[in-house]
Amino acid sequence: MIAIKTEKLTKKYKNKTVVRELDLCVKEGEMYALLGVNGAGKSTTIKMLSCLIRPTSGDAKLMGNSIIGDSTKVKQIISVSPQETSVAPNLTVKENLEFIAGVFGFNKAQAKEKTQQIIAQFDMKEIENSRAKTLSGGWQRRLSIAMALISEPQIIFLDEPTLGLDVLARRDLWKQIEKLKGKITIILTTHYLEEAESLSDCIGIMANGMLKAQGTADELKALAKTDDFEEAFVRIAGDEI
Amino acid sequence: MRTLVFASRNTKEITRDIFTLIFGILFPLVLLVLLSAINSSIPESAGMKLFEITNLVPGISVFGLSFISLFTATLVSKDRCTSFILRLFTSPLKSSQYIVGYTLPLIPMSILQTIICYAASFIFGLEWSADILLAVIVNIPVSVFFIAVGLLCGTIFNDKAVGGVCGALLTNLSAWLSGTWFDLELVGGAFEKIADLLPFVHAVNAGRYALSGEYSKIMPELLWVIGYALVITVIAILLFKHKMKQDK
Repeated sequence: MIAIKTEKLTKKYKNKTVVRELDLCVKEGEMYALLGVNGAGKSTTIKMLSCLIRPTSGDAKLMGNSIIGDSTKVKQIISVSPQETSVAPNLTVKENLEFIAGVFGFNKAQAKEKTQQIIAQFDMKEIENSRAKTLSGGWQRRLSIAMALISEPQIIFLDEPTLGLDVLARRDLWKQIEKLKGKITIILTTHYLEEAESLSDCIGIMANGMLKAQGTADELKALAKTDDFEEAFVRIAGDEI
Repeated sequence: MRTLVFASRNTKEITRDIFTLIFGILFPLVLLVLLSAINSSIPESAGMKLFEITNLVPGISVFGLSFISLFTATLVSKDRCTSFILRLFTSPLKSSQYIVGYTLPLIPMSILQTIICYAASFIFGLEWSADILLAVIVNIPVSVFFIAVGLLCGTIFNDKAVGGVCGALLTNLSAWLSGTWFDLELVGGAFEKIADLLPFVHAVNAGRYALSGEYSKIMPELLWVIGYALVITVIAILLFKHKMKQDK
């Protein structure tokens, strides 16, 4: 089944076109990495798909629900882990998770049960009663992703999930993200090319608001006629092919 | 249900901040102690009534509520300035639920602050009467006014600017223009006229009339406060909705 299908999705700010007639297709359960240099249109695409901003023209369907006509339904089936760590600083790990579960409509008992499950899944038992503001960057990011998952979304958007983390914390988070593969549709934006190459089933490369190419890492390397993924990215994003 | 969940989170965020305790509760009490000490040093022959406890406590309790604006504004602006609000914007919460969720925890907090202020006044000679309960009730619309100001400031300013606007400007305005520290008639002129056009002095007067049992004089004063509270609440909601779209 198709999880996300965009149809000529476009966003303009005054005279500037930030995303231009984007047509992309993501299968259910797939991990799709959206790559591009700064200003390529990745974050705007994510914001449109998560109903944060309205497209200027075009549409997108998430599990068959339009982001324009059925945004309430879309919000019920998606979740976003924003670029910066987004946790409530004075709440404990447990309270943060219960809070998000409650906001998404779980009752108190369900929220507590879901929280315990996700704490176990993300190995956060030892820090469950620590306030979020006291956690390291890596733990905060892990909590942020756990908060995005607690509402049992069918599609999750991870916007630069490992940005600013040290290499150990990054690898640690990769492992957590890898565990989600196949269970849920994941849209990942990242600047770490090795992250996209090793984690993703499919990769889309955006430049100047347009989708330049999409496929597996091997397909993109073949398209760019190189064995090096970084070189393939540079050639595709830089319009060299 | 979602609104209550959001309100509960806001309660925890506010009450777990040590500054809330210091400024919200301790600071008004310190002022009460200091001004009562000053009052006890003033000879009766001077005829100075301003710092008598029945005049003082309504003023201090209104001044204390200006810190509620600061707490509200800080919370809203901090949420707005971090990507935490982006996470919430992708949830099924509606803009009206945000406003109610921010406001709900602050009303009992304001009432509690007023009660503590009046309770502490017993030490300085305030005598028990049912009018004290009325004075506490009179402070509820005043609380709504200060919460609305906080919502408005939190919606407009970032978390750094909020400290200056609510922490310094509003507390000073509510101090100088409320007739708590000095008799506005003594200053007179434009200062008195401006003070009269703003809600602070009316809020204090309403409390004083409630405490002195002059019931018929309460509503004319309180209407000023209710009017300001309504207008500022509507502006805050409209601006918050507008900012919700803009901040995305």
